[in-house]
Amino acid sequence: MLFAAVVAIIVTMGLALIRACLGPTAYDRMLATNMVGTKAVLLIAVGGHALGWSGYADIALLYAMINFISSIAVMRFFEYQKTLPSQEDE
Amino acid sequence: MDTLLNFLSASCFLIGGFLCITGGVGLLRFPDFFTRVHAAGVTETLATPLLITGIILNQPDISLDSMKLLMIMLIVLATNPTASHAMTKAALHGGLVPLTQSKDDSGDSTEKQATNKKPSDNGGDISTL
Repeated sequence: MLFAAVVAIIVTMGLALIRACLGPTAYDRMLATNMVGTKAVLLIAVGGHALGWSGYADIALLYAMINFISSIAVMRFFEYQKTLPSQEDE
Repeated sequence: MDTLLNFLSASCFLIGGFLCITGGVGLLRFPDFFTRVHAAGVTETLATPLLITGIILNQPDISLDSMKLLMIMLIVLATNPTASHAMTKAALHGGLVPLTQSKDDSGDSTEKQATNKKPSDNGGDISTL
């Protein structure tokens, strides 16, 4: 069952990468990137448990925090990047 | 007891993996940004606790790793809906308008979505609401 979960997570990361390449707007790419990051946390946890690593929980914990902070930062950047030219146009 | 824990962790892994693939397919096939946010956010919020619970139940005993995995689960449960909500708010401020017509033109909804960006004055109106 660990193998099935790892395969499912990798397939989901591939689908999210396809959406990140296709995505018509920047927000779709941001959403897909956030999903890839969350699935990377899960992949580190499940794969580390399956392979018997020693310190996988620390790496997954760190990656979960960094993923949230980077997602919020990029989203803030795009939010103000989109609104600033519209105010200049008016 | 051991077989019961193994059965519980295996079912957690199976349901979690199924939800992961469901979220990926929904992210790829839904027509609009806001529906994709729904697909990604809902399935991630349910699939992550199931997979982490499966790992915790699969371990031989309760150790420090179980507490760390519990912390991962709590962090993802707290930050993932926050990120989805903030992303949707950023898209609304950026001028993206949700699809509201479903019955009439369901065939070409993906083509309508490309032309869905309104001019800049509507984005300003939305951001002041």
